[in-house]
Amino acid sequence: MDANELLAWARGPGFDIALTIFVAGMLLRLFEVMALGKKPDLSAARGSGAQGGMRTLVARTLPRKSVFDKEPLRIINGYVLHIGFFIVLFLYEPHIALFDRALGISWPGLPSGLIDAIGAITILSLIAALVFRLNNTVMRFLTTKGDWLAWAVTLLPVLTGYMAYNHLLLPYTLMLALHLLSVELLMVVAPFTKLTHMFSFATARWYQGYQAGRRGVES
Amino acid sequence: MDDLSLGERLRQRGVSRRGFMKFCAATASMMALPPMMIPKIAAALEQAKRPSVIWLSFQECTGCTESLTRSHAPSIEGLIFDHISLDYHHTLQAASGDAAEHAREEAMQANWGEYLLVVDGSIPLGANGNYSAIAGISNLDMLKECAEGAAAIVSVGTCAAYGGLPMANPNPTDAVAVADIIDDKPIVNVPGCPPIPTVITGVLAHFLTFGRLPELDGLGRPKAFFGQSIHDRCYRRPFYERGQFAETFDDEGARKGWCLFKLGCKGPTTYNACATAKWNEGTSWPVEAGHGCIGCSEPRFWDAGSFYQALSVPFRDVGDTILAAGTAGLAVGAAAAVWNRKRKADAREKRDTITIKDLSKES
Ligand code: SF4
Repeated sequence: MDANELLAWARGPGFDIALTIFVAGMLLRLFEVMALGKKPDLSAARGSGAQGGMRTLVARTLPRKSVFDKEPLRIINGYVLHIGFFIVLFLYEPHIALFDRALGISWPGLPSGLIDAIGAITILSLIAALVFRLNNTVMRFLTTKGDWLAWAVTLLPVLTGYMAYNHLLLPYTLMLALHLLSVELLMVVAPFTKLTHMFSFATARWYQGYQAGRRGVES
Repeated sequence: MDDLSLGERLRQRGVSRRGFMKFCAATASMMALPPMMIPKIAAALEQAKRPSVIWLSFQECTGCTESLTRSHAPSIEGLIFDHISLDYHHTLQAASGDAAEHAREEAMQANWGEYLLVVDGSIPLGANGNYSAIAGISNLDMLKECAEGAAAIVSVGTCAAYGGLPMANPNPTDAVAVADIIDDKPIVNVPGCPPIPTVITGVLAHFLTFGRLPELDGLGRPKAFFGQSIHDRCYRRPFYERGQFAETFDDEGARKGWCLFKLGCKGPTTYNACATAKWNEGTSWPVEAGHGCIGCSEPRFWDAGSFYQALSVPFRDVGDTILAAGTAGLAVGAAAAVWNRKRKADAREKRDTITIKDLSKES
């Protein structure tokens, strides 16, 4: 199989398979959690659940001072990583073309050169995240195999994308094919690792905030 | 056939030394060789004998020959073609029928082991090779026969090089490329649908000058011409970098000459010299004319999705996939939920109630 065939597979059957697993897997995981249900809360509400939900959604997106003061670099790196990944994924024109094709919606992107630079920062930030984790005994102890896997499948698409764009190591066609395949790997793995947080972060924060809000306590 | 060297022939035609050196310089640039090679080329060409060329056309559209003969005159290409002895080319030769076949056989015999075999078109293997035959000889047999005595083979056009259009899904004639059949001869692929005339003649000039084929890449293409992608040498590249893309063929962006990536340009994955060599006497080339590159010099370009869809998008419409996968996910999720609830209920039912008594030491 040459690079062209690999690329054709990645853009054809490969993408279909990955998308099916991604969508089905994510919905399955989210639905499964939500369907666990909770016992009816019979006490009188002491505050607004919805307000609490909204508050927590925002609050947990911002750094908590006590944690930030302890490890400012790790927290900042977390932001760089997430925002970088977000920009590269959603604001690169060829990616927007993909969303346009898949979902029928598009939006303006950023200059490719800028995306290139942000991609490089994202890669460094992902590597830094690994270093922070390895250097922290407690975190290293808490890290499961699934976490290593989640890290690797997140790094690969950014790395291969960067290398394809800059024509590093391998011919462009092959690197592009590997880039698409690495994205497909991410899509297949995501629903079954902690990467589900790309969606569940919202539902989880909302739920906890809702509970707390109803009870009139801080969350 | 006379036995003059190229140098002698050109002098006979009244070409001066200066003109000859100019010709060598042009040949060097055509082969993408550095200027310091010019004296070497001059020395080699001075001595070069007239090589016999046999050109076979199989499952093809004659576009490759059209491309070659449309190269502008008077040109280096023209001179090269005056110099080689094109002993058999059934589109161009005057002879037909038996006479033509005799010419081929004669040329083969007279130059056994030395002639250059040029092939355009793919070779059908289906129906015992009977989908395409010339003078009652199947393409497969003729290729094998002619390849045996060839010094080297030039597969001209994407069909001969990689199977091309005839091989496109579902490949009804079971078409294959030359290199799929012949594996004991040096083969150079000059893909393109059609290939750029200067690239065809550049390869011939290289063979003429050095008596061997140029350096090739992993897909058997001369590196000098196919070493870089269209995208790498495209003059619209700055627009790509700035994120300025034409969205339709007649929008503001298209008029301003912005990048054609979103309109399906395959320049990034296509290796060819169009952006620098250009077409029609150096007039223009597809991207300059406002149409994205279709990737015609790459293997299986015909089966690589729509010409008008960006390289980064999937081939198929994925709306159905999302819907089906979503439904399946919810269904399995619902099943899992029912199962979880049942487990919970079971656990509740089966658990032993622990009283304070159970916890006292005596029991
Ligand atoms: S028009 Fe095609 S080849 Fe030129 S820069 Fe855009 S994508 Fe690349």
